[in-house]
Amino acid sequence: MIRFLLGRLGESALAVLGVVTIVFIVTRLLGDPAILMLPVGATPEQLASFRAELGIDRPLVVQYADFLWNAVRGDFGRSFQHNRPAIEVVAERMPATLELASSAIALGLLIGGGAGMIAAMNRGTALEVFVMLLALLGQATPVFWLGLMLILFFAVDLGWFPTGGAGTFWHLALPALTLATFTSASIARLLRSSVIDVLREDYVRTARAKGLLPRTVMVWHIARNALIPVATMVGILAGELLGGSVITETVFAWPGVGRVIIQAIEVKDFPVVQAGIMMIAVTFVSINFLVDLLYGVLDPRIRLR
Amino acid sequence: MGGGTGNFLRALAASKGGLIGAVLLLAFVLLTAAAPLLPVPGPTQSNLRARLQPPTLSLTEIGAHPLGTDNIGRDMLSRILHGGQLTLAVGAAAVVLGGVVGVLLGIVAGYRGGMWDRVLMRLVDIQLAFPLMLLALIIAAALGPSVRNLIIVLALTSWTRYARIVRGQTLAVREREFVQSARAIAASPWRIMTRHILPNVMTPALVVATLELARVIILEAALSFLGLGVQPPWPSWGRMLAEGRTYMASAWWIAAFPGLAIMLTVLSVNLLGDWLRDYFDPKLK
Amino acid sequence: MSGILDVSGLTVRFDTPAGTVHAVNDVSYSLADGETLGVVGESGSGKSVHVLAMLGLIARPPGRIAGGSVTFGGRDLLTLSEAELRDVRGGQIGFVFQDPMTSLNPVLTVGRQIAEPVIRHRGLSPRQAWQRAAELLDLVGIADPERRLRQYPHQFSGGMRQRVMIAIAVACNPKLLIADEPTTALDVTVQAQILGLVRDLKARMGMSVIWITHDMGVVAGLADTVQVMYGGRIVERGPVRAIFKDPRNAYTWGLLRALPDHGQRVQRRLHQIEGQPPDLYAPPKGDPFAPRNPFATPRCFEQIPPLVPAAGAVPGHLVAAWYDLPRLLAQRGDAR
Ligand SMILES: Nc1ncnc2c1ncn2[C@@H]1O[C@H](COP(=O)(O)OP(=O)(O)OP(=O)(O)O)[C@@H](O)[C@H]1O
Ligand SMILES: [Mg+2]
Repeated sequence: MIRFLLGRLGESALAVLGVVTIVFIVTRLLGDPAILMLPVGATPEQLASFRAELGIDRPLVVQYADFLWNAVRGDFGRSFQHNRPAIEVVAERMPATLELASSAIALGLLIGGGAGMIAAMNRGTALEVFVMLLALLGQATPVFWLGLMLILFFAVDLGWFPTGGAGTFWHLALPALTLATFTSASIARLLRSSVIDVLREDYVRTARAKGLLPRTVMVWHIARNALIPVATMVGILAGELLGGSVITETVFAWPGVGRVIIQAIEVKDFPVVQAGIMMIAVTFVSINFLVDLLYGVLDPRIRLR
Repeated sequence: MGGGTGNFLRALAASKGGLIGAVLLLAFVLLTAAAPLLPVPGPTQSNLRARLQPPTLSLTEIGAHPLGTDNIGRDMLSRILHGGQLTLAVGAAAVVLGGVVGVLLGIVAGYRGGMWDRVLMRLVDIQLAFPLMLLALIIAAALGPSVRNLIIVLALTSWTRYARIVRGQTLAVREREFVQSARAIAASPWRIMTRHILPNVMTPALVVATLELARVIILEAALSFLGLGVQPPWPSWGRMLAEGRTYMASAWWIAAFPGLAIMLTVLSVNLLGDWLRDYFDPKLK
Repeated sequence: MSGILDVSGLTVRFDTPAGTVHAVNDVSYSLADGETLGVVGESGSGKSVHVLAMLGLIARPPGRIAGGSVTFGGRDLLTLSEAELRDVRGGQIGFVFQDPMTSLNPVLTVGRQIAEPVIRHRGLSPRQAWQRAAELLDLVGIADPERRLRQYPHQFSGGMRQRVMIAIAVACNPKLLIADEPTTALDVTVQAQILGLVRDLKARMGMSVIWITHDMGVVAGLADTVQVMYGGRIVERGPVRAIFKDPRNAYTWGLLRALPDHGQRVQRRLHQIEGQPPDLYAPPKGDPFAPRNPFATPRCFEQIPPLVPAAGAVPGHLVAAWYDLPRLLAQRGDAR
C-alpha cells in the first residue's frame, strides 16, 4: 500500500514537472516572451530592458532552471492588469472554479451513473435506445452552445435562473448542468457497456447461485465491479471538465480561473495566463492522483499487488 | 480486413449507427464542398436592409433566407455551409497532421523499443497530464490566432492518441512472421517500418482518426468561440456562435443554428467512429 | 422411484437469432438421498444447461424451459417464483462452478463471499457469519482461516479458490451439491486433493452430489451412478461398475475405449470420437449419435430410441439404443 502510494506520488510529481516544462517551452520557444509578457504597445526600450531582466540571453538550461524554481515558489511574475502577483489573482478565483467543477463531477456521476445503469438493466428495450441516444447527443453537444441555449430558455425566456454570475445555488445550477453534460454522457455510455460486460462474468452467476437478493447482486457484485473502469475514466473526464470550465465560466460570467485566463489572453496579461494554466494543470494532476487512490480502494488487485 | 471492401460496406449497411453516421457525414461533406455552387448569397456579403431576419419556410420567395440573417444581414445558411467547409477542412488537416506524427512516433517507439520507447511514451504521458483545452489555449495564445496555427494546435493535442495505439499495435506486429523474416534477410529498419509495419497499423490509426475528428471539431469551435481560432469575417461555427451571443434574446437563430451544425457533425462522426472501432477492433476502446 | 431430486421430461431451448437451440431434450432421472451422480458427455451435450435450468440460472431470454418438472423437497422447482427459488439456491442446493479463477468476485474479501449465503439463508448476524466462514475455511482445509478471510481471491491459488467455492457451496449444509466440472481447470495433483475433499465432506454432511465432468477417471473414483449425455439427451445411465464393465450405448463404449484399463483410476480426458457433434439447431429425427456410430442400424436414423432398462443387465442400468451392443461387439470379435 505504501509503495503504491509513493509510486503514484512520484508519477504525479513527474507530471507536474512535465506541465511546467510544456509551459516553459511554449512561452520561451514559440514566441518572444518579452512581447508576450509585456502589455500591447510597449516601447522597444521597455522590451529590451525586459528581455535583459528575464535573462533571455542566458543559456536555455539556466533559464529553465530559473523558471522551474520560480514555478515552485508560485512566482509567475506580476499581472500588469491588476498590478500584483499573478498567482494571487488566480488563487482567489480558484474556489469558484473548484465549486463549479466538483458540482459538475458530482452531477455527472449521478446522472451518468443512473442513466448507464438504467440502460444496462433494460437491454433491448426502447428505454435503452432512448437513454443511449441522449448520451450520444450529450457527447456531441458543444459546451458553449449548450450553455447559451440553457441561458436562452431558462434564464431569458422563463426567468427561472439568473443569466450569469455566482453566489447562490440558482447561479450554480445552469453552469454545473452545462459542464456536467459531456461527463454524464460519457459515464452513461461507459457504465452501460461495463455493466453488460460484468453481467457475463462467472462471479455474477456465483452470486445468483448463492441465492442472494437481486439488490445485493446488483450493488456488490455488478455495480461494484462495473465502477472500476468508470473510476479510470473520471480522471480523463476531469481533464475535459476543467478544460470545459474555461468556456462555461466565460459563457456564464462565472468568476473562476478559466474566465480570468480568457480575459488575460485578450489583453495579453501573460503572467496571469501562465499562473492560471499552471493552477488548473496542477489541479488536474491532483485529481488524477486522488482517482488513482480511489482506483486502488475499488480494486484490491491493484492495491495489494 | 479479410473479405475486403464488399464485406465492409455490407456490414456498414447492416449497422444502424454506422450507416446513419456515414450518410450524414457524407451529406455534410458534399453540401459544404458544394457551397460556392449553391444559389445562396456569399458568406460575407452583408445586406443592411435585411438584418436579423428570422428563419423562414417560404423558400420560393426571391432572396429568402431559410435560416435567417445575422446582425449585418448576412445569410445564415450560406455562412453555415461555408463555415462547415472551413471546420471540416481544418479538422481533417489537424487529424491528418497529428496522425502522421503520431503514427510515425508510435511505430518508432514500438519497433525500436528501449530508449526511444521510454522517452516517447513518457512524453505522451506528460502531455496527457495537461488538459487538452488548456494546452490548446496556451499554444494558441502564444502563437496568435490564424488558421495555420489553429491546425498546428489541434494536431498537437491529437498525436498522443495515435502514438499510444500504434505503438501497441507495432509491438504485436513486430513479432509476426513476415517481420521476422524481413529481419532475417537484413532489411533496413526503415524499410521494415514503412513496408511491413505501417500497412498493419493503418486500420487502428484510421479508427483513431475518426474518433479524433469529432473531438477536434468541438475543440476548434471552442477556440474560435473564444476568439483564438478563425478570424472574422470568415465564418466559422464557433465564431458565429460567439457573435450571435449578443443578439440571443432577440434573434436566437444566429447562435442556435451553428451549434446545431456542430452537434450534428460531431454526432455523425462519432457514430461512424464508434462503429468503425467495433468493426475493426473492439479492444481499442 | 422417488428420491431427493426427481427430474422428469426436462426440456430446455434457446431462442437465438440463428434459430432455436435444442439444448436439453426430455431429460428424466432421479437422485437418491446420499447418492453421487456423475454426469459425463462431450462439450455442448447439455450437462451444464440442464442443472442451471433447474434453478432458474440460465438467461431468459434467450433460454426457455419448454417442458418437464423438477421435484425437490416436495415442490416442483420449475413452478416456483424467482423469490422462492432464491431460497433454494445456496440454501438447500449448493453450486460449484468450473473456473475458480473467474467464479469469485475479485473485489470482495473471501470472508465476505463465504458469509453472504450464511447471512442470507441462515439469518446470522455478520459477526456470526464471519465466524461460520472461518469454520468453513478450516473445514475445506485452508490453514490460518482468520487471516485468509480478510484476503481477496487473487491472493489465493487456483486450488485454494476452488476450496473457497466449495466452502461457499456447503455453507448452509445443502441437501444437494451440484459441481459443474469443478476440477477441469486445475492440475492433476490439485484435482486429486479436491476430489478427496468432496468425498470427505459428503461423508460428513451426508449430502447428495451431482458431479459434472469430462473425466471418466473422476467418475470411476467418485460416483455411485453414471449418466452419459449426448445431444441434450441421456443416452445411458446405471451403476458405475455396470457402465464401465458393460456399456450398452455405442457412445459410452467410445468414451470408455479411451481408458487404457478401466478398472484403474486413471486421470484422462474424454476420448475424441470421430465426427461432428449433432446440430442442436435442427436435431435429426433419429438417434442423434447415429451419423457417428459405426454400429448404427437403419432404425437409428429414423426414430429416437427411448431410455429403457437394458436387456439382461443389472437393475437400474438404462440405455437408449436400437442396437444390441454386446452382441455386435461379440460379432466383431473385439468385445472386452
Ligand atoms: N445462452 C445461450 N444461448 C444459446 N445457446 C446456448 C446458451 N447457453 C448454452 N447454449 C447451448 O446449449 C447447449 C448445451 O450447453 P451446455 O453448456 O449445457 O454444454 P455442456 O455439456 O455443459 O458443455 P461443456 O462441457 O462445454 O461445459 C450448447 O449447444 C450451447 O451452445
Ligand atoms: Mg458445461
